[in-house]
Amino acid sequence: MDLGKDKMLEMYRMMTRIRLFETQVRDLATASEIPGFVHVSIGEEASATGVCAALRPADRITSTHRGHGHLIAKGGRLDRMMAEIFGKRTGYCKGKGGSMHIVDFSLGILGANGIVGGGIPIATGSALAAVVTQRDEVTACFFGDGASNEGTFHESLNLAAVWKLPVIYVCENNGFGEFTPMQTVTSVTDIAVRAQAYGIPGIVIDGNDVLEVYRCASEAIARARAGEGPTLIECKTYRWEGHVVGEQAFLGKASYRSEEEVAEWKARCPLIRFEKFAAESGMISAAELKKIRAETEVELEAAVKFARESPLPDPAEVTDDVFSG
Amino acid sequence: MPTTFIQAINQALSEEMERDPLTFVMGEDVVLSAFGATKGLIDKFGPRRVRNTPIAEAGFVGAAVGAAMAGARPICEVEFASFFYCAMDQVCNQAAKLRYMSGGQARMPITFRCVYGAMGGAAAQHSETVYAQFLSVPGIKLVVPSNPSDMKGLLKSAIRDDNPVIVFEHGALGGQREEIPAGDHLVPLGQAAIKRTGEHATVVAIGAMVPRTLRVAEKLAREDISVEVIDPRTLVPLDEAAILASVEKTNRAVVVDEGHWRGGAAADIAAIIGEKAFDFLDGPVRRVTTLDVPIPFSPPLEKAALANEAKIEAAIRAAVGR
Ligand SMILES: Cc1ncc(C[n+]2csc(CCOP(=O)(O)OP(=O)(O)O)c2C)c(N)n1
Ligand SMILES: [Mg+2]
Repeated sequence: MDLGKDKMLEMYRMMTRIRLFETQVRDLATASEIPGFVHVSIGEEASATGVCAALRPADRITSTHRGHGHLIAKGGRLDRMMAEIFGKRTGYCKGKGGSMHIVDFSLGILGANGIVGGGIPIATGSALAAVVTQRDEVTACFFGDGASNEGTFHESLNLAAVWKLPVIYVCENNGFGEFTPMQTVTSVTDIAVRAQAYGIPGIVIDGNDVLEVYRCASEAIARARAGEGPTLIECKTYRWEGHVVGEQAFLGKASYRSEEEVAEWKARCPLIRFEKFAAESGMISAAELKKIRAETEVELEAAVKFARESPLPDPAEVTDDVFSG
Repeated sequence: MPTTFIQAINQALSEEMERDPLTFVMGEDVVLSAFGATKGLIDKFGPRRVRNTPIAEAGFVGAAVGAAMAGARPICEVEFASFFYCAMDQVCNQAAKLRYMSGGQARMPITFRCVYGAMGGAAAQHSETVYAQFLSVPGIKLVVPSNPSDMKGLLKSAIRDDNPVIVFEHGALGGQREEIPAGDHLVPLGQAAIKRTGEHATVVAIGAMVPRTLRVAEKLAREDISVEVIDPRTLVPLDEAAILASVEKTNRAVVVDEGHWRGGAAADIAAIIGEKAFDFLDGPVRRVTTLDVPIPFSPPLEKAALANEAKIEAAIRAAVGR
């Protein structure tokens, strides 16, 4: 597939934005500048980026507790995301959601989710809406290896298969659900084989290769648009950081993975991999990549400044946007 | 030695697993135990009796129901209380009803444990107080401990009980410490604790609201407002007698709960007082609860939503007219 240089640079910029944003969020959470539970996706930038790069603006996504990357890749603004994570009124959800619940309907982002597996039926319903209202829209559903053990995954895949819904299911298999290794609680090595049970295509891909993710997602999205139904794509990847920022505080000396394993995966960094590809292909110069990084640093700095300087919500806003009584 | 709330849970689990070989623990990440409640159980009891489950609440909660019916005594952890929503059928349609529907044949000795309540910025899906959702499902016992001693004694009783029991552990109480009675410390289900005696008003406080209410009572005592604080400890069975006897003495009642105002545990207890102690009341039964909104993320909003000491104090003052 000939991607064109612009598309490639766009994807590199997206991965860079996710990497820098997540690193910053990790540091701010560590410094207690951000309240609540914070899950970052450092090391998993390629799956979010490759899938969203293959979507159109009117297409939709659902995301997870580890959702910042998906939202950025679908066009989320760093400043309003950062403000939400800070709990500020200028955030995407006016401070009511926080890190785990960022939503921007105007961008087709139906939301991160604090409930594992909670987004899977929602993505399915989003695809159902496209069929019922006869709109040409595809929904991409992100979830983890752990979520694929929830009933919602199995019920949704069957439903989408039966109704041939325009949805793609993207499992980001990072090897763990919290501190539990995937293989100790999952009956299969490849989540993608579960597609067979529902009569849909399932593929395993290198989730750290943004070009491969883009290519496979494009094919699945084309199938979905053509009315041929859902596809399950399993992106093999790894989370470099803890499950939740600050987990060392309660884990103490206990560990659930080896330093060698983490180092091995760091060597398979999706950004470095792209940089190598760029150098080898001769299409993209190191200077171009450097420029993207520098521009992203400026953007991020402005986002943090925006979040810091934004006002907190007024306590009176607590009863807005819900009916009760 | 002072023991924390979390250590109290750990001790109760360890002692009961030692005592009864039919017990076993299962749940997400119970082997490593993020919060520490099940830490070390794997070393003592091994993988047959300490089981990490997949993230599959409907499945493993239901498996606990089946295991209980077939002669085991499961202790099943559902991390955060809101995750119970993923398993409602198995709790409410199956566990709660089967003993009754089978004409008393089924025994259902399951203990569920979960963390509930607001603990600072955890947002709507990790901060909810959900016991009221089970209050109108007959057949389930509901336990809400407010301190480490009760935590241990109630959990031990829950594990020995032949009915489904859900134990709600407030996430903000985890680090609280106190001396726990030595030996086989049991607290029976259905017995309230009178945490402080007083003359002017009865305050029924639940879970994490108990220490907060006690601080308010202490403060008001300096103005000679004498508050009786009752911790029901279990919502089902409810120690009605203790609550009603207190109201008959003080003639005023306030119920304090972190749950919501509509349809909550406070509404339930207030209704019981209104119906059964009407002739003794000098004024309406007041409720101090969290606002009827999902728990918001941002700290000033969260603070505005939750029941807190200022709101407790205002309600007691309104009740006693001072
Ligand atoms: C229904 C539900 N159960 C449990 C949890 C607690 N929890 C949060 S994240 C997580 C692990 C999820 O694993 P996975 O789906 O693989 O995503 P990852 O964190 O690896 O990105 C768990 C168990 C939850 N939020 N919701
Ligand atoms: Mg995972």
